[in-house]
Amino acid sequence: MLAPGTAVRVHDDWPETRGPCHIRTPYYVRGASGTVVRHLGDFHNPEDLAFARPAATLPLYHVRFDPAAIWPEGTAGDEIVIEIFEHWLDAA
Amino acid sequence: MHDIGGISRFMCEPVDPTPHELTEFDRQVDALRQILGMKQIMSVDELRRNIESIPEAEYHRLTYYQRWIRAISASLLDKGVVSEAELRAAMEPR
Amino acid sequence: MDTRNGLLERDGEALFAGLMTVLAAKGIATPAEIAERIAITDAASPARGAAMVARAWTDPDYRALMLQSGTKAAEAMGITMRGAPPLGVLECTPEVHALVVCTLCSCYPRAVLGYPPFWFKSASYRARAVHDPRGLLAEFGTVLPQGTKIRVVDSTADYRWMVLPLRPAGTEGWDAERLAGLIREGDMIGVTQVRT
Repeated sequence: MLAPGTAVRVHDDWPETRGPCHIRTPYYVRGASGTVVRHLGDFHNPEDLAFARPAATLPLYHVRFDPAAIWPEGTAGDEIVIEIFEHWLDAA
Repeated sequence: MHDIGGISRFMCEPVDPTPHELTEFDRQVDALRQILGMKQIMSVDELRRNIESIPEAEYHRLTYYQRWIRAISASLLDKGVVSEAELRAAMEPR
Repeated sequence: MDTRNGLLERDGEALFAGLMTVLAAKGIATPAEIAERIAITDAASPARGAAMVARAWTDPDYRALMLQSGTKAAEAMGITMRGAPPLGVLECTPEVHALVVCTLCSCYPRAVLGYPPFWFKSASYRARAVHDPRGLLAEFGTVLPQGTKIRVVDSTADYRWMVLPLRPAGTEGWDAERLAGLIREGDMIGVTQVRT
């Protein structure tokens, strides 16, 4: 389990290029660094649910990102907070 | 194409904040989606995946709930809940 | 998506009618169930969320409960949350303004706000909320004080999020019912701020 405050990096992975899939990690944070806000609970993996396959239960986190590190126009101090499943995250 | 946070194509397009009343069709499709979810016949992720599979030109031509009914139909056909022959027969003019 | 020999390209209303004929014959979904579900869904409206916000402004214990679990706070108001996704609540403070978007689809806290409004589902809202939140807010007539930070919450997975807005000045001594009358749908998504 990732503790609040843990620095993480989102996988720079593009399953869309490999075949049919359903991904709930927005493109704009793939490869980006963020900080775990908190564990929200454990939920079934949507990537399997979308194909009616048996779906494992995975930890889901709120992860905070700095918009200025994603887009040049981002305002320092602002935040983007996103729900991301653990299998998309590495401790940075 | 559904994953559109921050993409430049829509950055200069103003948001239309006026209320749009839902039609009876919109409400019916919404209700059907809920029933199929509650009965565990089709998950919301299956709906989303099938919406995401609509070709881009079609996606932007269809209204919100037209996308939904198309995605629901595709899902139910895929899973064999409804067969193509059954649906086609039900849609034939009598 | 293949189009099943054009079947999926048929008019939406015809597809719905055809599906309902087959689903009713199979006992999967009947017109009566559709009507019942529409009635239940229509009953959810921003008035529910507004009542929660007004109570949070007047009852510190309820406010604490709401920030800890929106689901429990909704249930405490008699709202049925069973079967609904978990509800999270984002607090606005004088320092930080919260804004909700779903860039991937249109996830919305329907149990407490009702059907998502048209603008929330639009491509321009979804694209711009994460990339140009101040420009977007300005279009809704919302200008934040200099130095206020924005926390954009992109609702991507299993939670649904609503905003607990700031109580406006000049409402001291108002009861919850009078306060609730001030609170609009957009205030609880963060595109607007509550005004007297």
